[in-house]
Amino acid sequence: MYNFDFEKPSTIADAVSALGTEDAQALAGGQTLLPTMKQRLASPSKLVSLNGIAEMQGICTGDDGALCIGGATTHADVAAGAGAYPGLAGLAAGIGDPAVRARGTIGGSLANNDPSACYPAGALASGATLVTNAREIAADDYFQGMFTTALDEGEILTEVRFPVPEASNYQKFEQPASRFALVGVFVAKFADGVRVAVTGASEEGVFRWTEAETALSGNFSAEAIADMAPGSDGMISDLHGTAAYRAHLVGVLTRRAVTAAG
Amino acid sequence: MPKDNGIGASPKRREDVRFLSGTGNYTDDIQVNGQAYVHFLRSDIAHAKINGIDLDAASAMPGVIKIFTGADFEGVGGIPCGWQITDRHGEPMQEPAHPVLAQGKVRYVGDQIAAVVAESVEQARDAAEAIEVDLEELPAVVDMKAALADGATKVHDDLTSNLCYDWGFVEENKPAVDAAFEAAAHVTTLELRNNRLVANPMEPRVAIGDFNRATGDSTLYTTSQNPHVIRLLMGAFVLGIPEHKLRVVAPDVGGGFGTKIFHYAEEAFCTFAAKSLNRAVKWTSTRSEAFISDAHGRDHVTKIELALDAENNFTAVRTDTHANMGAYLSTFAPSVPTWLHGTLMAGNYKTPLIYVNVKAVFTNTVPVDAYRGAGRPEATFQLERVVDKAARELGVDPIALRRQNFITEFPYATPVAVEYDTGDYHGTMDALENMADISGFEARRKASEARGKLRGFGVNCYIEACGIAPSNLVGQLGARAGLYESATVRVNATGGLVVMTGSHSHGQGHETSFPQVIAEMIGIDESMVEIVHGDTANTPMGMGTYGSRSIAVGGSAMVRATEKIIAKAKKIAAHLMEAADADIELKDGAFSVAGTDKSVAWGDVTLAAYVPHNYPLEDIEPGLEETAFYDPANFTYPSGAYACEVEVDPETGKVTIEAFNAADDFGNIINPMIVDGQVHGGIGQGIGQALLENAAYDENGQLLSASYMDYAMPRASDVPFYGVDHSSQTPCTHNPLGVKGCGEAGAIGSPPAVINAVVDALRSGGHDIHHIDMPVSPSRVWQAMNG
Ligand SMILES: Cc1cc2nc3c(=O)[nH]c(=O)nc-3n(C[C@H](O)[C@H](O)[C@H](O)COP(=O)(O)OP(=O)(O)OC[C@H]3O[C@@H](n4cnc5c(N)ncnc54)[C@H](O)[C@@H]3O)c2cc1C
Repeated sequence: MYNFDFEKPSTIADAVSALGTEDAQALAGGQTLLPTMKQRLASPSKLVSLNGIAEMQGICTGDDGALCIGGATTHADVAAGAGAYPGLAGLAAGIGDPAVRARGTIGGSLANNDPSACYPAGALASGATLVTNAREIAADDYFQGMFTTALDEGEILTEVRFPVPEASNYQKFEQPASRFALVGVFVAKFADGVRVAVTGASEEGVFRWTEAETALSGNFSAEAIADMAPGSDGMISDLHGTAAYRAHLVGVLTRRAVTAAG
Repeated sequence: MPKDNGIGASPKRREDVRFLSGTGNYTDDIQVNGQAYVHFLRSDIAHAKINGIDLDAASAMPGVIKIFTGADFEGVGGIPCGWQITDRHGEPMQEPAHPVLAQGKVRYVGDQIAAVVAESVEQARDAAEAIEVDLEELPAVVDMKAALADGATKVHDDLTSNLCYDWGFVEENKPAVDAAFEAAAHVTTLELRNNRLVANPMEPRVAIGDFNRATGDSTLYTTSQNPHVIRLLMGAFVLGIPEHKLRVVAPDVGGGFGTKIFHYAEEAFCTFAAKSLNRAVKWTSTRSEAFISDAHGRDHVTKIELALDAENNFTAVRTDTHANMGAYLSTFAPSVPTWLHGTLMAGNYKTPLIYVNVKAVFTNTVPVDAYRGAGRPEATFQLERVVDKAARELGVDPIALRRQNFITEFPYATPVAVEYDTGDYHGTMDALENMADISGFEARRKASEARGKLRGFGVNCYIEACGIAPSNLVGQLGARAGLYESATVRVNATGGLVVMTGSHSHGQGHETSFPQVIAEMIGIDESMVEIVHGDTANTPMGMGTYGSRSIAVGGSAMVRATEKIIAKAKKIAAHLMEAADADIELKDGAFSVAGTDKSVAWGDVTLAAYVPHNYPLEDIEPGLEETAFYDPANFTYPSGAYACEVEVDPETGKVTIEAFNAADDFGNIINPMIVDGQVHGGIGQGIGQALLENAAYDENGQLLSASYMDYAMPRASDVPFYGVDHSSQTPCTHNPLGVKGCGEAGAIGSPPAVINAVVDALRSGGHDIHHIDMPVSPSRVWQAMNG
């Protein structure tokens, strides 16, 4: 690890100004950033901790019924506190291990946008709104490929607003070593249609499987998508699975998610 | 009632109190006054010529004391290999030089290019980044068969090829074996790979070199399974320091699994640098470094053939194996695919004719050496897989086929040079069948199928040769070491004992089980016995712990030394009671004169030995301390039968282990709880190998699974509650405790059971599959099911 300065502001405004320094970087749970720094793969000049900002913590219900989760809320707190949205609480409960869930945050996960992370699937399938210090971004516009998002330099994800679906479920098939998602599928059934988001599978990062959405919007059952799977073009192929295997898993997991969502 | 003291009791492990409460003393806990830190700049290219190393900028960095390169080791010895193999044609193996720091070329990702010694680890790392190395990349040699092709790039330019040796065993048997195959009624053939593994002990390696300018003595603190071996190899072959000027200390060691047997370059470097800088020099491996610098295990590619007659008797076995040595020969690497592997190819069966061919190959990968089981898991895996396949091809029950071919009479001389002293293979199979509820399997399979899952049952047997080993025999086989063990038993004046053993405990529980033996022999409480190990300064020259040898060889040395103690103590007791030596009996910690009510306590006799006021000084010396060196007459041959039950999710290919039962024959058992624990751990590692672990290289020699993000270790949720049975006991005939050793059995016996079960499950689902290479990851299983 290289040397760095450290600040722990208590307001979003102070955090934004602290992040104005060249090569400053936000620190949330540190579950991704700190290992990267220890490997000397990242060398921020300054870390700005978001953990002292009260307005970025916690879960509440908005006027429109959406579940609003502060950007610095930990996975453990979401697992315990998002009872109104069981699919999302289940997703949070399955991230990493207890230590990771006690530190890692929803904002950190969504800002990082790891192609195998769980939250991107939850946010995209929910049609969530990602709120920053500067603006609101629709999930459909936010995810822009592996480790890439619509966030600008120094922009802070302060809150995520999740419309609560009628039925939902997240199915994660674990990569045997990292236990991130080899493939993860989040299915959310809203009154006006079904959204299906897939993580872990595509070289483009999290994506919506629209073919399944259409089929499921007409008939929300596993039979509606029996034998269906996305094409394997553009799917990740690595030590843990070929592109064809991942494409196959997308179909299996989507069916399981639909069945589990009930 | 179960015993609560002595042999056969299960006292809790006394060392666990310090391990679990954070008060252990591991090598990294040792801080030597004024120590500096070294960081090794390692190659990130698998094969390259070093055209130049520019240290100017790096040397000027803050805190840098000195940067060493291969040039600083001109004239210094290289890392030696401890075993020489003679090939099929009577020629010695090819043995490349193995410099402490790379000279001229780097040969694997992880090879040490330079060593930066600085005031702090971070400063050393900073400076390492400023070293400019001019590397000219060469084609990487990764695939073993390609490495042997004509015109292949050579890992070592001064060798004739990448072939270390071509070993045939038993070479004279080859024509008869070939003839048996010609005559066979049935031949079963299987090609398989024994996957490369990274041992991953919980504690990464650490080395601290220290030098005392006043005395000229060097000390190395290191994470080793055998400090005396390191002292001899490093002192005599690398640095030229005689043993009396070199002390090697291996304090608490957090797991070894074989990979901490070997003498590593980092140890030699720290010892060398400490003397040259007159500063203690410490190296602590990071986990990432461990992946590319700890010797790996396994990595065999094998074709095995089994010949059977018309009555399904095994008539011959023939194998053809390529064994990966990596880029250099690690300490015992050449012995693993040969003498620790070929000699096991009879398994539990009376196959009369066996021929084993092994080609050991250099590649641009991390050196490969012994890992829990070392050669024996590779032998067991191929044999038990091919037997299972034969049973399926012939349509006979796999257990019946095994039973039909079991060796039943002992001693049994195999056609592969070893003689099994005892065993009861039907006995362990009976115990296994009782545990595994085979008759209930069909119902369980139906229940799984009702849930959309395939269920499979797999069984296998194993034999292992451990208690390594008769020195004169291994000497003939090429070992450059003796493999006896030593113990000094020191009785203190007030009766307590200290045992200085050459064995080394790095998780095995010797500090608990060894005292049980002494307590039994003398009839005192275990708490009166303390075990000292791991420091060449206060233990007799010993060979350390590996090959399931500690209780069988080290324990036997301790027994012999204790027998000498008892014999002398009886003389003292006889004097005190004015009786004849021959009439003295020792029982429950007291000496008595046979047929009388005269007795003296253990403590009175020991006190007399050190306060010899009333003492037969004319006949015996004062004091009560004895040393014994024990050289075993033979290997020991634990054996067993294992069964695994799996479920396979046909949609995803995911395998889950539903049940695992193990029946072992370890001969006599000192501490049943510790033995169960050893078996549990071994099976866990075997399941890890079978389902999860995979050290995979790409074609450029980059390790793809170089961290826990990609290298899958088994976790608690991957393993079931094990059934273990150790009721079948045929004591070893040639050591005083009748023990056989239990450290590796679990890792040897479990992988074939898992794969046999997976194949059984898939076949029950209508898939014509005979084999899937380990690890049987979900994607591989799915691939196999879907062509
Ligand atoms: C052992 C282990 C297992 C894991 N398993 C899983 C898993 O199964 N599934 C899964 O999804 N993830 C998993 N993770 C990742 C985990 O969820 C991380 O917590 C998460 O990816 C990053 O969140 P963090 O709060 O730790 O962020 P940090 O590591 O602190 O930051 C990550 C990045 O996000 C930026 N950042 C942080 N917060 C904000 C913000 N509010 N606004 C803008 N930028 C911000 C940082 O600057 C940094 O670039 C695992 C991690 C570990 C260590």
